Amino acid sequence: MSTMTFGRAINTGLRKAMEHDSKVVLIGEDIGKLGGVFRITDELQKDFGAHRVIDAPLAESAILGTAVGMAYRGYRPVCEIQFDGFIYPAFNQIVSQVAKLHYRTQGRVKMPLTIRVPFGGGIGAAEHHSESPEAYFMHTSGLRVISVSNPQDAFAMIQQAIACDDPVLFFEPKRRYHVKGEVDEEVDLASFPLEQARVEIPGDDVTLVAYGALVQLAKDAALAAREEGLSVEVIDLRSLSPLDFATLEASVRKTGRLVITHEAAMTGGLGAEVAASITERCFYHLEHAPVRVTGFDIPYPPAKMEHHHLPDLDRILDGVDRALGRTNSLSDLEGN
Amino acid sequence: MRSVSGENLVQLLTPEGTRAAGPYDEWVADIDGARLQGLYEDMVVVRRVDQEATALQRQGELALWPPLLGQEAAQIGSGRALRKDDFVFSSYRENGVAYCRGADYTDMIRVWRGNAPSGWDPYEINMATPQVIIGAQALHATGYAMATKFDGADSVAVAYFGDGATSQGDVNEAMVFAASFQAPVVFFCQNNQWAISEPVTLQAQRDIADRAPGFGIPSVRVDGNDVLGCMAVTREALDRARSGGGPSFIEAVTYRMGPHTTADDPTRYRDPNELEDWKGRDPIDRLAKLLEAEGLLAGDFTDRVNAKADEVAGLLRHGCVTLPEPGELDVFNNVYTTPHPVLERQREHYSRYLASFEAAGGGKR
Ligand SMILES: Cc1ncc(C[n+]2csc(CCOP(=O)(O)OP(=O)(O)O)c2C)c(N)n1
Repeated sequence: MSTMTFGRAINTGLRKAMEHDSKVVLIGEDIGKLGGVFRITDELQKDFGAHRVIDAPLAESAILGTAVGMAYRGYRPVCEIQFDGFIYPAFNQIVSQVAKLHYRTQGRVKMPLTIRVPFGGGIGAAEHHSESPEAYFMHTSGLRVISVSNPQDAFAMIQQAIACDDPVLFFEPKRRYHVKGEVDEEVDLASFPLEQARVEIPGDDVTLVAYGALVQLAKDAALAAREEGLSVEVIDLRSLSPLDFATLEASVRKTGRLVITHEAAMTGGLGAEVAASITERCFYHLEHAPVRVTGFDIPYPPAKMEHHHLPDLDRILDGVDRALGRTNSLSDLEGN
Repeated sequence: MRSVSGENLVQLLTPEGTRAAGPYDEWVADIDGARLQGLYEDMVVVRRVDQEATALQRQGELALWPPLLGQEAAQIGSGRALRKDDFVFSSYRENGVAYCRGADYTDMIRVWRGNAPSGWDPYEINMATPQVIIGAQALHATGYAMATKFDGADSVAVAYFGDGATSQGDVNEAMVFAASFQAPVVFFCQNNQWAISEPVTLQAQRDIADRAPGFGIPSVRVDGNDVLGCMAVTREALDRARSGGGPSFIEAVTYRMGPHTTADDPTRYRDPNELEDWKGRDPIDRLAKLLEAEGLLAGDFTDRVNAKADEVAGLLRHGCVTLPEPGELDVFNNVYTTPHPVLERQREHYSRYLASFEAAGGGKR
C-alpha cells in the first residue's frame, strides 16, 4: 500500500500498462517534456521514449484519427485530450469512426483506444475548461464510458481500460487530481471489472447515485444526513456505459427512493437515463419519483458563478429531502 | 527551410534599431517621427497592461492571464494598420490588438477574473470576443469576409492565431474557403515559436508561411518584432483584400518571452539561452534605439509615455478590483434570446432553493 494523489495513481497505472504491453502508446498535446498540463504523464516520455509518449501537433481530430490507424495495426493508443472542452474537434472521429469500426467490420477490426479526458468544474478555470461531455458519448453505441473517483480505482481502472478491446472514454475528475488516497499497486486487476458500480456507503432510506468528483460530495451528504437520522446509500457508478443495473436495482428495491447527481446539464443527461431505466425496472418498488440534482441547462458559467451551477452538499441534501417527501425548497410546488 | 531571420523575412527595422530599406518601404512612407513615437507609446502601454495583469494574477485578483510579452510589435504593427470598419477575430493573447481597437481595460480582464463570459461588445469595437478553442476563429473571419463581399463593402476580416493553431483542421479549412470564395480576409499568424510546451517544429516542417500558397493564398514572412515591418505587410494584405484580391497569409516571426499563461512553467521545456537570445531582439528596445538616434526619445516624450502607462495600469487595476460580483441568478441569463420553459423552471427552482435558506434564518446547513 502507498499513499498517492489521484493524478499520481493514473500516472502509475499508465506506467504499469506501458511496461506490460509494448503496444501501448500515449499520444496527446504537451504530454512529453511538460508531462501534460496536469503532469499526469510526468516522466513517462523520459523513461519510455518519444515514440511511446508522443507529443502530438495541436490537432485533436488528428490525435484520434491517427490513433484509429495505429489501432488498425495492433497498437493500443491512449489519447489524452487536454481539457474536456477540447474533445469536440475530435468528436467526429470518436463517434463516426472509433465507436463504429468493430461493428462496421463485423468484428474484424478492434479499436482498443483509451481516451483520457480531465473533466468537470470547480477549479475556477476559463471557458471550455470545465465541461462534462460524458452524455454525448454514452449516447453513442460502441463506446464504453468510465469515470473514476478515487486513486485506487484510477490506478486499477486505467489499466483495465487500456486492456479492454473496446474503445473507452476515461473521464478523470480534474478537481480531484491532487486528492490523496491509499493505492495497492499489487491489487488484483480482475477485481476491478470495467462495468461495476460500487456501494460506497450502505443505507436504507434513499439511494444516492454519483460519479466522478461528486462521489465525495455524495458521501459528505450521506454523513450529514446521518446526523438527521437518515440512512443514505451512496453508489459510485464508475461505469457510465454500460450502467450497472444489478447494483442500482438492488439498492432501489431496498430503499424505494432514488437521487442522481451530476455536474452536467440536466436535459438528456446521465440522470435522465438512470431515472428512466430504474423507473422501468423498479416501478413497483419506488416510493417517490426519482430526483435529479444536476448542473443547470446552461453553458458552463464563469468562475465566479460556478458555485451556483454545480451541485453542492446542500443541493444534494435538498434533493434527498425531495425524494423522501420531507420539507424542501420546492415543498409548496405541486409536482415539483 | 525554417528560419527566424534571413532573406525571406521582411524587416524594415533591424534589432540594432536602424531602418532597413526594402520593397515594403512604400507601405509605411507616411510613418514620420510623430507616428513612430505613437507606435512606441502603444507598445510601452500594452506591455504595461500585460505586466499589470500578470501582477494582478500573482496577487490572486485574476484566475489566469496569457501574457503577450515579446509580441507587442506584431500586435501593434498589424493592429494600427486596420481601419475602424475592419473586423478582428482573435485568440486569447491579442490584448495589444484589442487595445488598438479601443477595448476598455476592465473589459480585457473580466473573463480572466471569472466575472463574466465575455468582456466587450464585438460590434462596438469591431472585434469578436477572444477565442479559446484553438483555430476556430479562422473560419469565423472567413465567413465574415464572405458576407462582407456579399454586401459589396470593402472592409476586411482579420484572423489572429498562433503557430500551433496552424495544425488544426479549422485553420486549414478556413484557407480552403477563403481561397475558393476569394474572401477579403487576412490570416495573421503570430509564430511565437511555442504552443505551450511544443516548439513550432512539431507543427510545421517548413516555414508556416509556405503553407498558404498551396491553398492559393499569397503569403509573407515578416520579422514579428519589427513594428514597421508588421504594419507594412498588414497594410499590403488589407489593400489586396479591399481591392478584390482575396485572402492573404502573414507569418509574423516573434517570440513569447513569458510563460504560455500564468499557470505554465516554461523552465520544464525551454532552454534559457533561447530566451536570452530573443531578448536581444526585443521589439520595444529596437524602436527606442531608432527614436533615440533621431532625437525623438527626449525626456518630456518618455515622461509622457510613462505617465500614460501608469495611468492605464491604474485604470486596469481599479477596474479589476472594483468589478461587482455577479448576481446569484445571473447564470441563467442569455442562454436563449427568447424564454425557454425548461430553463425558466430551473431558474424558478433555484431561486426557491436560495430563498429556503433565508426562510430558515440564513446560512446553509
Ligand atoms: C482545440 C484546443 N485544443 C487545445 C487547447 C489547449 N491550448 C490552449 S493554448 C494552446 C497552445 C496554443 O499555441 P499557439 O496556437 O501557438 O498559440 P499561442 O498560445 O502560442 O499564442 C493549447 C494547446 C485549446 N485551447 N483548444
